[in-house]
Amino acid sequence: MDSEATKQAEIKLLYDMLAIRRFEEKAQQQYQMQKIGGFLHLYIGQEAVAVGSVAGTKHDDYLITAYRDHGHALARGMGMNEAMAEIFGKATGCSKGLGGSMHYFDRKNNMMGGHAIVGGHIPLGAGLAFASRYRGEDRVTLCYMGDGAINIGSFHEALNMAGLWKLPVIFICENNQFAMGTAATRSNPLKEIVDRGAGYNMQSLIMDGMDVRKVRDTIADVCGKIRKDPQPYWIEARTYRYRGHSMSDPGTYRTKEELEKHKKDDPITQFKAVLIKEGLLSEEDFKRMDTEIKALAAASVKFAEESDEPAEEEVFRYTTVETDTSYKPIPTRPETSKENPFHC
Amino acid sequence: MQMREITYRQALNEALAEELERDENVFLMGEEVAQYNGAYKISQGLLERFGPKRVIDAPIAESGFAGIGCGAAMVGLRPIIEFMTFSFSLVAFDQVANNAPNILTMSGGQFRCPIVFRGPNGPAHQLGATHMHATECLYANIPGLKIVVPATPRDAKGLLKSAVRDDNPVLVLEVEMLYATKGPVEPPMPEHDLLIPFGKASVVREGTDLTILTYGRTMPMSLQAAATVAKENNLNVEVVDLRSIKPLDLDTILASVAKTHRVVVAEQDRPVCGIGSELTFQIQHHIFDELDAPIARVTMEDVAVPYAEKLEHAVLPTPEKIVAAIRRTCGI
Repeated sequence: MDSEATKQAEIKLLYDMLAIRRFEEKAQQQYQMQKIGGFLHLYIGQEAVAVGSVAGTKHDDYLITAYRDHGHALARGMGMNEAMAEIFGKATGCSKGLGGSMHYFDRKNNMMGGHAIVGGHIPLGAGLAFASRYRGEDRVTLCYMGDGAINIGSFHEALNMAGLWKLPVIFICENNQFAMGTAATRSNPLKEIVDRGAGYNMQSLIMDGMDVRKVRDTIADVCGKIRKDPQPYWIEARTYRYRGHSMSDPGTYRTKEELEKHKKDDPITQFKAVLIKEGLLSEEDFKRMDTEIKALAAASVKFAEESDEPAEEEVFRYTTVETDTSYKPIPTRPETSKENPFHC
Repeated sequence: MQMREITYRQALNEALAEELERDENVFLMGEEVAQYNGAYKISQGLLERFGPKRVIDAPIAESGFAGIGCGAAMVGLRPIIEFMTFSFSLVAFDQVANNAPNILTMSGGQFRCPIVFRGPNGPAHQLGATHMHATECLYANIPGLKIVVPATPRDAKGLLKSAVRDDNPVLVLEVEMLYATKGPVEPPMPEHDLLIPFGKASVVREGTDLTILTYGRTMPMSLQAAATVAKENNLNVEVVDLRSIKPLDLDTILASVAKTHRVVVAEQDRPVCGIGSELTFQIQHHIFDELDAPIARVTMEDVAVPYAEKLEHAVLPTPEKIVAAIRRTCGI
C-alpha cells in the first residue's frame, strides 16, 4: 500500500469509530425522546474492537455478534440510515424493521446478525465456520460475545466442537467487565477469561480492546494464520462500556471514579492523539470529520422518521417462505478448493 | 409401478441416502450417526457410502450441533440434524425454537434456515419420564417451524425427502415404535423420486359414522380400533392420518367431519394444549353445526410417564381407549 492509502486506512479507523459513537449518541437521544422502543444496548467505549477487528478481515469473512450489535454492523459498512431506520422500526431498516436494535442483519456485508439470547449465537458462529470448512473456503468467521456469555452452556458446546473440528473461527470475547450489572469476577471462577481457551485446545490471546491499531493487527495476523491452517482462536479483548447494560440501567454497580478512569483510555481520543502526533491528522481535520459525521447521524434520524412503517403482510411473508429457486444463498468463494475435505 | 414392502427404518435410510446423493450441500450430523450407524440404525451404511465429511458424529451436545446446523444453513448448506430422541431436543430448545425459525423474520428475509431436525419422538417403551416426551405440541406453538409426523414407511420416506428440500426449518418427528413396521413404498431413486407434500392429510380408512383424527403412533392404533368397532358394533369409522401437524390440512379434516358428524382425536401427546386442543377448536369454529356429539380425545395422561410396564400402559393411549371413546361418542 502506498503511503497515501495507508494514511487513508488509518484515518478510516478513526472515522469509523467516531461514526459509531455519534450514531449511538443520536440513538440514545431518540430513545430518551421516546421515539424508539424496546431495548437499546449501546456500544460506546468499545468501538475499537469492532472497527479494528473488521479492518483485519476480508469483506467476505463472516461476522456474527450478540445484541450489542450497532458497532459491528456500522464497522462492516452498514449505512447509518438503514441502521437508524431499523431501531425506528421502519421498512427501510437493515432488517426491514422486523428485527430491531438487537437483530441487525446485513447480507451484503456478510454481517450474519445481532442475536439477542446470550450465548445462543455462538453455535451459529461455529456453524458459519463449519460451512466454510465444509466447502473448502478460506473464509474466517468472527464471532463476538460479551464476557457474560462465557458462562452459558451453548458457549461450551460451540467452542468444544470448534476446537474438535478445527473450525476457522475467531471467538472474540469483548470483556467490558460487566455481565449486565454483574462484574465478570463475580460470575467466572477463572481469574483470566483468556484461560478459557485452553480447555478447548485453542490458541488464546489477550488483546487491548481500546487500541484500534492493535486490534486490527492482531486480527489480521490471526486471520492469516487461520487461512493457512484452519483452527479456532480464543481472544479476550479488554475493553469498557461507558453506558449501562441497556438504557434502563443506572449503573449503580460501579463508581463514577471507575468510569472516569476508563474514559481516559477512550479509544477515539487515544487514537486521535496518535494520528495528530504522527502528523496524519490535524485538529481541524478532526473537527471537520466530526461535523460531517454528526450531520450524517442527524440525517439518519430524519431518514428514519420519514420512512414508511413495514406493511403488516411483511411479517407473515417472512414467517415461512415458499421454497423457490430465486433465493440464492451466499455463494461459495470462487477460489474454493474441493481438495480441502472436512476432517473430523 | 412395482411397490416394495420395506420397513419404516429402511424408508428413512433410503430418504437420507437419496438426498445425500442428490445434493452435496446435504449432510447428516448427530450423536453416533456415523461410526455406530445410528442409535436406531437409521443411518446404517451412510458413513461408508458418503464418508466422514457428509455423515458426522457429533459430541453429546445438542445445543451445539443444532446451532452449528442453523449457522451452516444460513449460508446455504442443507443440514439434517438427528436427535437421538426429541426428548433430548429440549436441551437444544433455544436453537430449535429461537434461532432456526426466527432468522428469516429477524433478518427481514435476508437469510433462510433450511434445516431438518429429525429423530424419534413421543412415547416408546419403558424409558421412563425423561425419554418419552411428545414434543409436537411444544414446537407447534412456535411460528416458522414446519412439523411432520410420518406413521407409515411411505410417508416416512416421502416426508423426509420433502423436508430436506424445504427452505424452512422442518421437524420430522419419527415414531420409534414403528421403526420395524413394514409397508409398501415406491422403488428407490433413480427409478422414483418419492416426495410427499406437507399439509396434506391422508384418509387411511374411509367411513361414514365417525372420524378419528390421528397421527404418528396412534395412527395404527386407530385403524385397529376402527376394525374392532366395525366387527363388534357395526360402526363404519373413517381414519384421517394428519401426517403434517404444521401446516395442517384443515380441508381434509373438515370434509371428513362434515361427512361423519362425530369425532375422536387420538393423539400421542398430552392433553393440555395438545394437538387435539387445536383440532377441536378448529372444528367447532368452522363447522359447529355439523357436530352431533362432543368431540372426544384419547391422549397420554397429564403425568410423567412411569417406568413400570403396567402403569405405563395405563397412562398411554391404547386401541382399547380409542374403542371406548368411539363408543362413547356414538352413544353406545
